[in-house]
Amino acid sequence: MDKFSTVTSPATAYRTALSPLPGLSASDVSHHYGSVRALDAVSVDVAPGALLALVGESGSGKTSLLRCFNRMVEPARGVVAIDGTDVRSSDAVTLRRRIGYVPQNDGLLPHWTVLRNVAVVPRLIGMADPEGAAGAALERCGLAVDRFGARFPHELSGGQRQRAAIARALAASQDLLLLDESFSALDAISRHELLEAFSALRATVGFTAILVTHDLGEAARLADTIAVMRAGRIEQCAPIATLLAAPATPYVADLLHRAQASARVLTPA
Amino acid sequence: MIRRTGFFSRHALLVSLVAMLVPIASVSNAQPAPQRAIVVASKPFGESYLLAEMLAQLLERAGRRVDRRPGLGATEVAFRAIRTGAIDVYPEYVGTGLVAILGDTVTPAMRGDSRVAFAHVASRSLTRFGVHWLPPLGFQNGYAIAVRRETATRDRLRTLSDLAASPSRLTAGFTADFIGRGDGWPGLRTAYGITLRDVRPLAPAVKYEALTTGAVDVIDGYATDGLLAKYDLVTLEDDRHVFPPYDAATLVSSRLMREDAGAVAVLASLSGRLSEARMREWNRAIEVERRPIADVARSALTTVGLGDARAGATSATAAQRGDEGFIAFMRSRTADTMRLTGQHLRLVGTALVLAILVAVPLGLWLMRHPRLSEVVLQGLGVVQTIPGLALLAFMIPWLGIGSLPAMIALFAYALLPIARATIAGLRNADPDAASALEAIGATSRQSLLWVRLPLAAPIVLSGIRTAAVLTIGTATLAAFIGGGGLGEPIVTGLGLADMRLVLSGAIPAAVLAVAVDALLAVAERLVAPAHRRGSRAHRG
Repeated sequence: MDKFSTVTSPATAYRTALSPLPGLSASDVSHHYGSVRALDAVSVDVAPGALLALVGESGSGKTSLLRCFNRMVEPARGVVAIDGTDVRSSDAVTLRRRIGYVPQNDGLLPHWTVLRNVAVVPRLIGMADPEGAAGAALERCGLAVDRFGARFPHELSGGQRQRAAIARALAASQDLLLLDESFSALDAISRHELLEAFSALRATVGFTAILVTHDLGEAARLADTIAVMRAGRIEQCAPIATLLAAPATPYVADLLHRAQASARVLTPA
Repeated sequence: MIRRTGFFSRHALLVSLVAMLVPIASVSNAQPAPQRAIVVASKPFGESYLLAEMLAQLLERAGRRVDRRPGLGATEVAFRAIRTGAIDVYPEYVGTGLVAILGDTVTPAMRGDSRVAFAHVASRSLTRFGVHWLPPLGFQNGYAIAVRRETATRDRLRTLSDLAASPSRLTAGFTADFIGRGDGWPGLRTAYGITLRDVRPLAPAVKYEALTTGAVDVIDGYATDGLLAKYDLVTLEDDRHVFPPYDAATLVSSRLMREDAGAVAVLASLSGRLSEARMREWNRAIEVERRPIADVARSALTTVGLGDARAGATSATAAQRGDEGFIAFMRSRTADTMRLTGQHLRLVGTALVLAILVAVPLGLWLMRHPRLSEVVLQGLGVVQTIPGLALLAFMIPWLGIGSLPAMIALFAYALLPIARATIAGLRNADPDAASALEAIGATSRQSLLWVRLPLAAPIVLSGIRTAAVLTIGTATLAAFIGGGGLGEPIVTGLGLADMRLVLSGAIPAAVLAVAVDALLAVAERLVAPAHRRGSRAHRG
């Protein structure tokens, strides 16, 4: 398996130095689908360059909250902001072009080559050399352009497709990343490799990110802060160490307990 | 023979309601135009073809231009066409006018004296519909219950009363029309108390064969059917006068009556000159000997003293000799087949292109209005369930007869498969990819053009394929309203019980359907998204 490149591109380093990474915030956000309440007065902050994991069962509201940030969900109440600026102050299409988004099952267009898929946002925003930018992004994500660029998505393995999806999310040098169960659909080995590679990428490229996952282990490994969600509310929002040391509610304690139990089964004593 | 209405009567109420609400389109272009061709039509069976051809030849000799529209599908279509001025002339029968058109009851006086029935029908048609009945042609073509000669001899059958008294339990094969009509089998059974072992519904085209091969023992025919003579069948006399009189007469539209009294006088010259015996002889020439209708009509006119001094030129229509081999017959019709195939393709092509232009955008629009989508698709589904012939009949008040109403009807039929395939294609077009593309900043238009449409294309095209094959088949019905195409020989062949003629239209139509289907299958592969084409090539 290819590893994510550990070489920091000069352009990224330059950009990171020049403009600091943005922070994210949601305050008092509520949303409902029909009579079903999805988000109930949720407030959360993500520091610049940090990664927040939203953890919870299906229906806990974690994906709805994520989608508020690129206006795929327009909450009925509350404010979602990037660096203190309400996301509603800019046009949704323009907003989405500056935010990387990685869905669970890659979301690559099946009839486009990998390179063309990755070049889509650079092309949308009118960059001078979209394919060049796409190629660089693919290389950063560990996919050699001359080997994979001309292939169609179905000719790649699941892990490779997910790398291409991450490359697509970052090809236009986006500094915000939304990951919606991006690693969940992979088999254990590909997933392990991808998590390693993603951590390395984050260390070199730098971005502020929100990750939705139902897997507390994955969250513990990648996130700076974990927000445990249940029934549209945040039960507790803290680093993993704090969660372990002082679970705020019985639900959080139980969730941690179950995650530990399942991990222990697989760990030799 | 489809002389009497079947399922049309069910729609009759609705049809007349609609007709009352909508002003008749053809009235608007009814300004005096002596040069216009007089449209002479017939219903789809031999005798009607012959009478119409005789009338057409009479008009031509009197210097009129004639537009022939033979084989209009059934009474409802033909009468509606003459009522609205879409056609000018066609032959009809008093009994049909009485029962099927006017829906009146047959009084004992009418049964006793056919002149009473004629006077009633003529005056009521004129006041209700503005359609003129010229004086009767001189013969009746009523229902004739026929049995094989051996059956008649064995059971001593001469009249329907004899049939009722017969000790044998016979099996009847009646046309659906005859079984359903009050003056058909139900009236007969009540009046005579006839009991049969079984009554089977039979298609008009096969009833004589069913009788002669012994599959059934009794059929309903018509008094002047040429096949009665060919097979030496015995017709049983209606000794209690249950059937209404079926005097034949020429119908004339109010439009022609207004525009060209001279032409009407020419048409009326045929009144009273024909007889049952002569009609049977001429019908036999057409239905059994397969002589060209134009030739038979010409010699028939000569026989009744309306001959043409210039007679003798043989008709250009291909020889239809019964002893000719099928291949030779098909070869002799090559030119006709090519011309009709061209007409057929024009009909289908235009309808299909229009349907694509409407149904694909409609499908796109309905995708965004799921609630409306149900309603609209159900509406199109209802259109689909209207029998082809009935839909064509609905068109006549607005669009008259010919290829335009046929095209519109075919267009309406093609909408559903295409719209439904468009919706299905869009729904299956990788919703994850489309929504992911929008999530990274593509507009909904871009996601439509880049993802949804390209991925939906093969399914949309398969809908178009379905519509094309369906339309090619349905277009054969266009001939029933004078729309031309490969249905023409089918309709004529059915009317004349000439299976070779039927096949000469049905085979090219089937070949056309298969060819178009194959062509569109290739197109379907060509529009397959890039990754599918690639993988298909890999798998061989």
